[in-house]
Amino acid sequence: MATRRISSHISRSLPLLSRGVKQFYRGRGIHRYSTSPALEDPIKPPVSLQYDKLLINGQFVNSASGKTFPTLDPRTGEVIANVAEGDAEDINRAVSAARKAFDEGPWPKMTAYERQKIMLRFADLVEKYIDEIAALETWDNGKPYEQSAQIEVPMFVRIFRYYAGWTDKIHGLTIPADGPHHVQTLHEPIGVAGQIIPWNFPLLMYAWKVAPALACGNTVVLKTAEQTPLSALLVSKLLHEAGLPEGVMNVVSGFGPTAGVALCSHMDVDKLAFTGSTDTGKMVLELAAKSNLKPVTLELGGKSPFIVCKDADVDKAVELAHFALFFNQGQCCCAGSRTYVHENVYDEFIEKAKARALKRSVGDPFKAGMEQGPQIDEKQFEKILKYIRSGTESGATLETGGDRFGTKGYYIQPTVFSDVKDDMLIAQDEIFGPVQTVLKFKDLDEVIRRANNSRYGLAAGVFTQNLDTANTLMRALRAGTVWINCYDTFDAAIPFGGYKMSGIGREKGEYSLKNYLQVKAVVTPLKNPAWL
Amino acid sequence: MSSESNGNGVESSYVKIPQIKFTKLFINGEFVESLSGKTFETIDPRTGEVIAKISEGDKEDIDLAVKAARQAFDHGPWPRLPGSERRKIMLKFADLIDENVEEIAALDTIDGGKLYSFGKIVEIPSVAENLRYYAGAADKIHGATLKMSRELQAYTLCEPIGVVGHIIPWNFPSQMFVMKVGPALAAGCTMVVKPAEQTPLSALYYAHLAKLAGLPDGVLNVVTGYGRTAGAAISSHMDIDKVSFTGSTEVGRLVMQAAALSNLKPVSLELGGKSPFIVFDDVDVDQIASLALQATFFNKGEICVAGSRVFVQEGIYDKFLIKLVEKAKAWVVGDPFDPNVHQGPQVDKNQYERILKFIEIGKKEGATLLTGGKLSNRKGYYIEPTIFTDVSDDMTIAKEEIFGPVMSVLKFKSVEEVIERANATKYGLAAGIMTNDLNIANRVSRSIRAGVIWINCYIAFDKDLPYGGYKMSGFGRDMGMESLNMYLQVKSVATPIYNSPWL
Repeated sequence: MATRRISSHISRSLPLLSRGVKQFYRGRGIHRYSTSPALEDPIKPPVSLQYDKLLINGQFVNSASGKTFPTLDPRTGEVIANVAEGDAEDINRAVSAARKAFDEGPWPKMTAYERQKIMLRFADLVEKYIDEIAALETWDNGKPYEQSAQIEVPMFVRIFRYYAGWTDKIHGLTIPADGPHHVQTLHEPIGVAGQIIPWNFPLLMYAWKVAPALACGNTVVLKTAEQTPLSALLVSKLLHEAGLPEGVMNVVSGFGPTAGVALCSHMDVDKLAFTGSTDTGKMVLELAAKSNLKPVTLELGGKSPFIVCKDADVDKAVELAHFALFFNQGQCCCAGSRTYVHENVYDEFIEKAKARALKRSVGDPFKAGMEQGPQIDEKQFEKILKYIRSGTESGATLETGGDRFGTKGYYIQPTVFSDVKDDMLIAQDEIFGPVQTVLKFKDLDEVIRRANNSRYGLAAGVFTQNLDTANTLMRALRAGTVWINCYDTFDAAIPFGGYKMSGIGREKGEYSLKNYLQVKAVVTPLKNPAWL
Repeated sequence: MSSESNGNGVESSYVKIPQIKFTKLFINGEFVESLSGKTFETIDPRTGEVIAKISEGDKEDIDLAVKAARQAFDHGPWPRLPGSERRKIMLKFADLIDENVEEIAALDTIDGGKLYSFGKIVEIPSVAENLRYYAGAADKIHGATLKMSRELQAYTLCEPIGVVGHIIPWNFPSQMFVMKVGPALAAGCTMVVKPAEQTPLSALYYAHLAKLAGLPDGVLNVVTGYGRTAGAAISSHMDIDKVSFTGSTEVGRLVMQAAALSNLKPVSLELGGKSPFIVFDDVDVDQIASLALQATFFNKGEICVAGSRVFVQEGIYDKFLIKLVEKAKAWVVGDPFDPNVHQGPQVDKNQYERILKFIEIGKKEGATLLTGGKLSNRKGYYIEPTIFTDVSDDMTIAKEEIFGPVMSVLKFKSVEEVIERANATKYGLAAGIMTNDLNIANRVSRSIRAGVIWINCYIAFDKDLPYGGYKMSGFGRDMGMESLNMYLQVKSVATPIYNSPWL
């Protein structure tokens, strides 16, 4: 039930592809919606691991140092694979391949139509291998398999098809200058794009970054998160099968302080795009400033308000607020992590939010019907538990949850705090876990002020049927996305990004093309023109 | 002399002529007879012989097709699908065209006398490309949020305009089909297409492929028939929301009139032309003479952008003429299935006779016939590439659209002069500027009143290049993202806002 409900929020913008999942579960005869609290032995993922090396210049290669690092199964903490560990030297190799592929072609010199066809072929291939790709994503990340297979991989495909359609529609302008001049702008690919993506949505973040970069004719060096290196290697292999020339897409697995830093400070990388924490984002920007002043887009943390107004249908508000926070184990930069509830409906809301959290199915993400799997790793797991302790210590009321779930792996109980005050740590910091904090408010002006009183400005949710309230909040909230009566409604065409310390720039939609294009103004005098 | 490559043979020895599979009207997802049961003959212009009998749609068939399209628009899924879903079906449609390139190219060749090799290698693949372009546009139809000067929140929605009537000509049966249908489908419209009576075959084939691709019934209807009956019924239909027409200026006027007298439906017209092809002294004569030939004789001169007034600057005039004649003589007229042939037969007897009449008028009015002008001695509607010199601006052949392989060469002295003369026409579809002088190129491109300017190239079409006319060459733009506007309504939505921190 719950999974269906989650899907239904998203299905407004997503066709559900459940074919592969159903086959998988039917084959194994696992009952859906088991409510057993005890964790059984982990289910064997229905995929075999094929790629664990760096992808440079179209070849899978060992790192220059020969070093590897383990990537872990968050259900157990056990090693899935030892993956080649890229460092500065590997970044150099990857950048030089990307540089060559950009400077000498054929990729940027190809017709846009040809680039489009390769991207469309790639989307078809990903669709074909959707079950394996989704399984690998879940294995490495711990997110429910149904979410990977029905929502995330289809969205990945959608994003690539969307940007495939942009390739031959990248328009500059002709410009009426003040005087007898012919002026036109050319929108040219920016060059070698360095991209650093996080572990919470490894594939979607890949699509957000790689698809527009390729559509514009750039070449790419991608550093994946050390927690989740696997799916990017698999899909990049398919990208080459679709006909991508070598050197255009390079993937270096490794750590931030080594590979990430090398990419950010590289003198031959023309643009950086980073998604991750605000602290790391600062370093990325600093390294870009200290090296070659490459432009940077940042998509960082958030502490997004979800505002339940007094006219709200409480049942629906509870469900949506629950989804807004707990989706993806709470590991969303736009998680609705400050739930502001109007005083008229507050008590009822708390009671129902607690009941809903108690009902949340937590367990092996490969098991059907699971809404919540384990957190990504031990570090995140410990950090979240620390925040939970801090909530209790600072006087918030722990309504439910508050501890680990089971005894193995990084599972955490869905946790709800009430009586949260704006100055508590749990109301200010990004927890990035399944911890809902509920705050009470009286009037609109107050909640606007409080909602905006954050260093973040990534997203906001508004729950009301009142048009004036919706319009007022929509304009007043300082955030890059405002969802009204919906949440986490993503689409390839909807831009996403942050105000304030949630980042710089917008990804997705037509807006993202700008990140990967240079604008060249071309000016020449006109002699005796008929008009200007 | 133009060589002839294939005797008078009826059956082509080069390509197996496909069996004609679709000869009926396509309405609401089914091939059906016309209500009257009448048919008309479509003729092979290579021989004048009948290829097939095609259902002849009339007013009542148009009514049925509009009803299906209306139903599909008002209640069907098509306009309500997300753009990405429309795209999926359109991409599938494009793939199916790619899979059937040879058969479709052969249909256009037997029906329209068009070059088979060109169809197979360029024209039909470009139909699939175009469809992919608009497939990619289906999820990029953006409205805007607006800047109000008081406390209002406002935005625009770009909504499909509704049921569209497309009336398309016979010179590019395939490209015209996709140029109209592609953007209309992307926008979410439903439609009734009336192909030209001379070339109904490929449109029916496309209808079949669209169904295979999963296009819902009623979204695309094809009614074959004549302009004065089926075409008139589309133009004056009270339940069609928009008409898009490509054809002659005379008929365009009738379409617009019918729209005015019925429900004031918006009309876009892509009509005739008498486009100047201007050659300046500084060009490579050999290269540009070849281009001039292509500009005028491409597709037997049956192209609305034909560069049919070739203005040559006096410094190279004589040299240029010698080259033109030399190249015209090497221009091969013959069976369009023959890969060595440059030019097939004119589309039908009417056109054939009309062109010959123009050639006679040219001679009578005192122009010098430099080459061509004779009939080919073979069966069918073949005409040799024809070049007139000593043409003055007031001669009929310099003013009227001939729509055949007839070039008029005119001499000019200065940039000022050629701009004035090039613009002295009721048409304004295209123009060619041949020069390497940047200032001349820029100046002339801004000075010519025409919808497309080609500098050192000609007939350089592209999916992303909008195309249409100034003056009596029509209005509206086909191709590119521009053409979506012809199939969209703009709805402005405004509502008061209170306590907004900014406006």
